[in-house]
Amino acid sequence: MTAAGVVGVLVQLAVVVGGAPLLVGLMRQVRAVLEGRAGAGIGQPWRDLRKLLKKEAIRPEGTSWVFTSGPLVLFASTLVIAAVAPFVSTASPLDGVADLFAMVSLLLLGTVALTLAGLDTGTAFGGMGSSREVTIAALAEPTILLAGFALSARVGSSNLADIVAGTLAAPAQVLSPATLLAAVAFAVVVIAEAGRLPVDNPATHLELTMIHEAMILEYAGRDLAVVELASAMRLTVLLGLSVNLFVPWGVATSSAPLALLGATAVFALKVGLLGAVLATFEVFIAKWRLFRVPELLAGSFLFGLLAVSASFFLA
Amino acid sequence: MSVLGKIIRTGRVAEPALPVPPVAGAAGAAGVRPAAPGPLAGSVQLRHIDAGSCNGCELEIGSAFGPVYDAERYGLRLVASPRHADALLVTGPVTRNMADPLRAVFDATPNPKRVVAVGDCAMNCGVFAGGHGVEGAVGDIVPVDVEIPGCPPTPEALIAALRGLTGR
Amino acid sequence: MNLISVGLAVVAAAALVGATAGALAQARTRPLVAGAATAVVGLGGVLAGVAALGGQTWSLTIANLLPLAETTFAVDALSGAFLVLIGAVAITAGIYSVGYTSPGGAHATDEDDAAPGHDEVVAHDGVDAHDDVPGPAKAAASRTAQAVLPLFAAAMLLVPAAASVSTLLVLWELMALTSLVLVLAEHRLRRSVRDAGLWYAGMTHAGLVAIMLGLVVLAAGAGGESFAAMRAGSAGLSPATASCVFLLVFLGFGSKAGMVPLHVWLPRAHPEAPSHVSALMSAAMVTLGVYGIIRVGFDLLGGGDGWWWLVVLAVGAVSALYGVLQASVAADLKRLLAYSTTENVGLMLIGIGAAGVFAAEGNRVLAGLLLAAAVLHAVNHAAFKALLFFGAGSVLRSTGLRDLDRLGGLVSRMPVTTALFAVGALGAAGLPAGNGFVSEWLLLQGLIHSVTGATAPSVVVALSMPLAVAVVALTAGLGVATFVKAFGVGFLARPRSVAATGATESPLSMRVGMGLAAAACTVLALAPAVAGAPLGRLLDVLPSVRGGAPLARSDVSLRLAGIAGSMSPLLIVVGLLVAALGAAALVRRVTRGAPRRATPVWGGGSTRLSPRMEYTATSFAEPLTRVFDDVLRPEKDIDVTPFAESEFLIASISYRQRVPDRVEARLYPPLLAAVGRWGQWSRGIANGSVHRYLAYGFIGLLVVLVVVGITS
Repeated sequence: MTAAGVVGVLVQLAVVVGGAPLLVGLMRQVRAVLEGRAGAGIGQPWRDLRKLLKKEAIRPEGTSWVFTSGPLVLFASTLVIAAVAPFVSTASPLDGVADLFAMVSLLLLGTVALTLAGLDTGTAFGGMGSSREVTIAALAEPTILLAGFALSARVGSSNLADIVAGTLAAPAQVLSPATLLAAVAFAVVVIAEAGRLPVDNPATHLELTMIHEAMILEYAGRDLAVVELASAMRLTVLLGLSVNLFVPWGVATSSAPLALLGATAVFALKVGLLGAVLATFEVFIAKWRLFRVPELLAGSFLFGLLAVSASFFLA
Repeated sequence: MSVLGKIIRTGRVAEPALPVPPVAGAAGAAGVRPAAPGPLAGSVQLRHIDAGSCNGCELEIGSAFGPVYDAERYGLRLVASPRHADALLVTGPVTRNMADPLRAVFDATPNPKRVVAVGDCAMNCGVFAGGHGVEGAVGDIVPVDVEIPGCPPTPEALIAALRGLTGR
Repeated sequence: MNLISVGLAVVAAAALVGATAGALAQARTRPLVAGAATAVVGLGGVLAGVAALGGQTWSLTIANLLPLAETTFAVDALSGAFLVLIGAVAITAGIYSVGYTSPGGAHATDEDDAAPGHDEVVAHDGVDAHDDVPGPAKAAASRTAQAVLPLFAAAMLLVPAAASVSTLLVLWELMALTSLVLVLAEHRLRRSVRDAGLWYAGMTHAGLVAIMLGLVVLAAGAGGESFAAMRAGSAGLSPATASCVFLLVFLGFGSKAGMVPLHVWLPRAHPEAPSHVSALMSAAMVTLGVYGIIRVGFDLLGGGDGWWWLVVLAVGAVSALYGVLQASVAADLKRLLAYSTTENVGLMLIGIGAAGVFAAEGNRVLAGLLLAAAVLHAVNHAAFKALLFFGAGSVLRSTGLRDLDRLGGLVSRMPVTTALFAVGALGAAGLPAGNGFVSEWLLLQGLIHSVTGATAPSVVVALSMPLAVAVVALTAGLGVATFVKAFGVGFLARPRSVAATGATESPLSMRVGMGLAAAACTVLALAPAVAGAPLGRLLDVLPSVRGGAPLARSDVSLRLAGIAGSMSPLLIVVGLLVAALGAAALVRRVTRGAPRRATPVWGGGSTRLSPRMEYTATSFAEPLTRVFDDVLRPEKDIDVTPFAESEFLIASISYRQRVPDRVEARLYPPLLAAVGRWGQWSRGIANGSVHRYLAYGFIGLLVVLVVVGITS
């Protein structure tokens, strides 16, 4: 593990942790502008976090260590992905620690931590949010693994650095049917996992329509700050995975300082752009009712299966 | 793509931002305590409680958070849980059935917190004063920090008072 | 001196001594005697297994122990893996049973305590209303049950050591009978125990018949009934005979392993057995079915055709999906765990099936990897399933409840049990930091690398492997939902019944048993690479996958040999811990360690929030029930009772939902009816007349003579 490699990992962590609230702010701002409003500015999520850290935390009576450790597990699982995935540099010394499947499981671990916390509060809303979240996560799992299968079949490895490096070496593969189908499948899953429209509405105030928000209704102060930051990081990580798996150009292949600097800028640009596209897309649609979401996921599952088949037969 | 056409044709509807109110809390003329921004600077999340209102104030709150007045640009946001809230936006005279829930909401909100009494009814029961179902004004149940007079208060007044909380 | 022989001698001696002592000991000392004997039996098994995995082999032939046949034992690395697995489960189960069968705890009978009213659950009463009925602890501590427990453990341990058909069948039957006695331990308490016993007895004997038929045909064709002779002679069998043998043996062993559609006894017998017996059966005994399939398919038959293994793969996929679907909607904790066993056996069969397909194609690297993944999953499953059944048993002993809809709030009342159950649930959910994750990861790696070999994949592989990946993925996802429900609804929040309110922590021996199982889970989760060398030795036993060393290096990360792929469970956990603790410390610093204020749960303004408003297991699983409506076909009853004055004024509404086992409901009644008709018909033949019977004997003799005359 070289010093330069460690610097690369630290840069990546700083980009994800520091940039995640800005990404959320950017997406809200894009939405506000399209709605004809002025918007709170892209720094607003950071202001919210600063304020939440100054507020007292609350432990609802009857809750246990599961409730208090939930946000930390969510944060930690996302942070591990942020350290391992090749967002800025493919020369990360940690690449062998977790492959695509392990990262999917880490995301799921974060989901589970929050769902258990939601159940631990013993409220009807907590249980409802947990039940819905876990249902969607369970149904999204096959798609995300199939999409990963299609991508890793191409390079013979499920380690992300190998996949990204493989695409950089053979750019034409991005336009192969397998990759395009996998991209569609992956996009749907990212929307579902990140709790965006039409699966979940991150801005809803109506408890009955909530999924993610319903689980965290009991958190306050610093606990809520960790949850909000971790959720924003999760969105960043998911979007970052999407761009770097399918459009990897700009990723540094070494740990040279200048390369890292350039790659950081390109990564921020790409994720910001994708976030803006996603926010624009969300203006045009409404949240679907819960029991239509499985249809959406089944459709993306089909795309994943087609992608894998295409990688076998058209390769 | 009728939505896209609508977006392009409509453009920005938000009115230009007003200057920052000169003194924090001054817009709420009869502020019980001056609401210094302090820990809540830049971001105030509000939980709205209808303690027995005629829904006039609700309409005005709705329009304050609509595109034209766009209260969100000042760091204000309505949230779903008192746990997430920094300030309670209480409307209407407090009816007997809402007195306990109001106390419960106040207790459920993490410190530091502010209570904003919106409208004449919340300040002094308004036309409902002495009604058989009315427990009292908001200030009789929970300590009030900011009062916004009006029946109902205009969105401008609401926003001016709430900007006193965020300091933006 | 061979350690294997020492270990197995300890097994046999401890079983005999334990059974005798258990039968003679007084009621007060019986739990200790039987539990200690079972633990010693397990210790002997682990000793023998570790030695075998370390490279030792051992064999023994005893003439004249059984009539007409020699009794033959042989232990190699494949046996060794299962000896370690079963032995370890027996150790923990033995220790656990000391507390579980000693007096104390609540009663589980047909009548559960009444559901709590609309108000807070305040009192612990009404639980001890059944003093005339013996409790489960008493029933499981009966003289018979305690004497049989070490025998059952020993029978399971000797099965993988058996090396001839007659030895195997005798031990297999001994295992079946001893476990049947244990399943029936509580038959005086609940009617459902008797049903479960009947189903179990029927299925296990049908399985025995299938195994016997298959192995007898194999022995006849190979010219000897010892495994060595069959190994040597199986190449001479015609393909049709070999296929017939394999399918029969697969059915027989599969019924023990609990694969769909032969799983029906599992969700009945496992919940009704005492919990340490459930653990032994579910964690250890079912894997012997898997052992049998590997032993006969890969070893005795030498690999066989690709299509055999496609059948195994398909059955495994169906089992995994059906098992996890039923588990995800089950509200009975032990039934949920039983269905989860079917799911995990399905995953093992997927690994074995895919390994067989690749072995038939000559791809030893992938075949070795997948088979190693399947065996490792068997070991992982044993660790977490034993732990989970122990946890469920602790809850059952303390509250008398298995119904998740009435549990809850145990995290503050049974903190140790809750924490240990969480470890097991993490393993079963296949999440990082759990042990199931490692073997599921290996399984997925084996499946996705089907395309990357030197040769282009065959069409069969290209069609089956993506589906297998999808099945494993969906199973993993639904498994997460299942165990979030089991842990979150069962242990967290507030108690949903009076009985759950009065729960208390289990005795020390139960906690120690669970703690040992949890330690095994943790070791397997963090350092799976230590299994690399033993798994390589295991593969060397089997001719068609020999040489496929699965793991290249045994350091902190898991690196696959021959194909690209690496992952480090240890570093992931370290990273998680560092990140979580770092974040906690940082936040604490920023907030200057301000304590959390305790306030009542926010009830949306309601001041009377009661446990009745909590989500239950049934409501938690409702979205999944609706999504998989077509497969599960839940039965719903809604009774609306209006007041007499007007039909618009509702006095009460009752809603009941059941998710029956559809495979059982559709497949078995016609089968049972046919068997019944056959029985009725044969009653006509056997009407009690001696003359008739003499005539039958005469006709039978004639037929035999004619057949002999024609054929010779």
